[in-house]
Amino acid sequence: MWKILQARVRQGNRTIAFPDAPPELPDRFRGAPALDATRCPDGCRACADTCPTQALAADDSGLRIDLGRCLFCTECVEACPEGAIEFGSDWRLATRRREDLITDGETLRLAEALDARARRLFGRSLKLRQVSAGGCNGCESEVNVLGTVVFDLGRFGIQFVASPRHADGLLITGAVSRNMRLALEKTYAAVPDPKLVIAVGACAISGGPYAGHPEVHNGAEAVVPVDLYVPGCPPHPITILDGLLRLLGRIDDSRLREGLRAD
Amino acid sequence: MTTAGDWLVLRNAARAPLVQVPRHDFAGLSDRVLAAVARGERVCALLGWTRPAGGAEIMAVLAADQAGLLRVAIGVVPGRSFRSLSPECPQVHLFEREIAETLDLEPVGHPWPKPVRFTNELGPAIGVLDYYRVEGDEVHEVAVGPVHAGVIEPGHFRFQCHGEQVLHLEISLGYQHRGVERALVEGDPRRRIHYAETLAGDTSVGHALAYAQALEGLAGAAPSPRAEIIRGIALELERLANHTGDLGALAGDVGFLPTASFCGRLRGDWLNLSAAICGSRFGRGLVRPGGVGFDIEEQRAARMGERVGTALRDTADAVDLLWTTPSVMSRLEETGPLARSDAEELGLVGPVARACGLQRDVRSDFPSGIYRFAQIARAHVDSGDVFGRAYLRWIEIQRSAAFVSEELDKLPEGPLRRPLPSLAPGSVCISLVEGWRGEICHVVRTDETGAIAGYKVVDPSFHNWMGLAVALRGQAISDFPLCNKSFNLSYCGFDL
Repeated sequence: MWKILQARVRQGNRTIAFPDAPPELPDRFRGAPALDATRCPDGCRACADTCPTQALAADDSGLRIDLGRCLFCTECVEACPEGAIEFGSDWRLATRRREDLITDGETLRLAEALDARARRLFGRSLKLRQVSAGGCNGCESEVNVLGTVVFDLGRFGIQFVASPRHADGLLITGAVSRNMRLALEKTYAAVPDPKLVIAVGACAISGGPYAGHPEVHNGAEAVVPVDLYVPGCPPHPITILDGLLRLLGRIDDSRLREGLRAD
Repeated sequence: MTTAGDWLVLRNAARAPLVQVPRHDFAGLSDRVLAAVARGERVCALLGWTRPAGGAEIMAVLAADQAGLLRVAIGVVPGRSFRSLSPECPQVHLFEREIAETLDLEPVGHPWPKPVRFTNELGPAIGVLDYYRVEGDEVHEVAVGPVHAGVIEPGHFRFQCHGEQVLHLEISLGYQHRGVERALVEGDPRRRIHYAETLAGDTSVGHALAYAQALEGLAGAAPSPRAEIIRGIALELERLANHTGDLGALAGDVGFLPTASFCGRLRGDWLNLSAAICGSRFGRGLVRPGGVGFDIEEQRAARMGERVGTALRDTADAVDLLWTTPSVMSRLEETGPLARSDAEELGLVGPVARACGLQRDVRSDFPSGIYRFAQIARAHVDSGDVFGRAYLRWIEIQRSAAFVSEELDKLPEGPLRRPLPSLAPGSVCISLVEGWRGEICHVVRTDETGAIAGYKVVDPSFHNWMGLAVALRGQAISDFPLCNKSFNLSYCGFDL
């Protein structure tokens, strides 16, 4: 017992200050992209041609990126002769509508909070059932890690529960494989109304690298309605946490501005 | 006796013209595989493809671990069936089931001919199969999954129990099937590296490295020593993160929260070291054919070195509590034992095999890249139980951390990435990497134009799931989570 207590003291307190202070992210963190279409040479499609998931569009109306498809792999950054694309330090990526993920790199309409009634229900206690449906265990791992002392999801009243019948909603990862469709449908049906669905990762939003495969359904939306989209491959745990807290109306952006790299 | 004409002998990640691979009739291949396995060699992969002229060809890839050599030969199956090797050589039972499912061939005499991934739309629905069933008035069956209680991938488990005791566990997977192998050949080549990185997302570096190594082998190009060292650092960081996470999860499964909680944080610290190199905690974007996508500059290396030291010190502090707490040790010791002979017969790999006393480690037996010059001593434990699998991870954590510290200190100058020449036509390359779960094997074939004509992935989990089923025999059903975590196998790496 004494040894355990000594170790406890040595290990220290590790819970991050987020969302009361900006998160610490690595200098090479790949967050929200900035696009500068004014640099694009006429007719250049180098970025769009190199994108493995057709997330980029370069045409007469400028440059657009679909964060729901983007793997944040930066192939486009390398392909661009003019440095028109850059992945920045902004971890805030979650949206409420699929179309909001398509951005010109200037503005990203971040997720709005649930309406007052839903916040009254879920705002202080949100129980989620996680379903991995063709995920690679990348998103699953980053969701799992929210339960550690570092992110301490419990302090927000958010918890992953073992049964869909105890849950207020589903958090779905993976492109929804054909072999998981029925299980996902049944799990969704088992969650009592009113219920939320959160799609985490490029696969769950668009199929990710598996988009178009006959073995998958190109994401959760093919099977269930989605209330929150968290892009990334996989998204950083901070991005997932940020999305969940935005949904519950528990993020104050004015406290977080200084965390954004000046780029 | 094996003569020179029986097998083509290859080194890890070396290419050979396909025409040089000896072709036998299937019975001839069977005899040679059985003779080699009797000599102590093991099956890395058994894969097949249909022939335009009808029938199929089945390629066996064997590993002679002590000699550090791979053997390859092809057996020709003229019709729609072949005689199953599984009754005499249990380690091929899943490979034969896979061949039966993907090529529609019948392995005659296979004791367990069931679907592997339920990929055939006209076949049985996922999970529906004739489970091995124990009969008796007092016998009951427990079905679990595919949607589990935790945040975990889907799989279906059937326990045949007498009271609390598990007589047999049958594992039915395939829920995560995404068609990766098909897409690696037919799909968009721009996505290939991303398929590799998401084959098993917790093994992004391992699979991406196996992919890159295979392509470099086929192209006859080697990355710079600097790139090879950065790859080695990334592979060991992946091992460090996962082993640390596993030790924490094992502590959680026996209800010992201090280590569970500390290791939960520390796993993140190791992941963040990968992110310090490339921005992604899973090393996405780091390994690329021809080299690496990100550099470790001198200052970065120095900062990382300090962080490795701190993380190892804290991990030692957290993990030491396991070995010195009797209530933890009593739960780990003698739980889920696996005999060395069973592990050998089932062809298990990685930490699971090494915890049964088997000396198998690609890094030592088939070294490639930096491992040719910087050796990591192979660890092994003899107990074969959950304790063995836990303690082995701790030994490997220490050795991997020492390796990373040392390599960060002496990065040579050199380019990060070299352009990859075109792939040699009509060739085959076998690429092995010791991922944190064990041996990753990619077998890649090119056609006469140099395009990829066949891509076979063998995740270590493909070998090891059967080991979990065997380890659980005679155990209490309540120990399943603990045993399962001590194996911590991949679902999507198996399902592909």
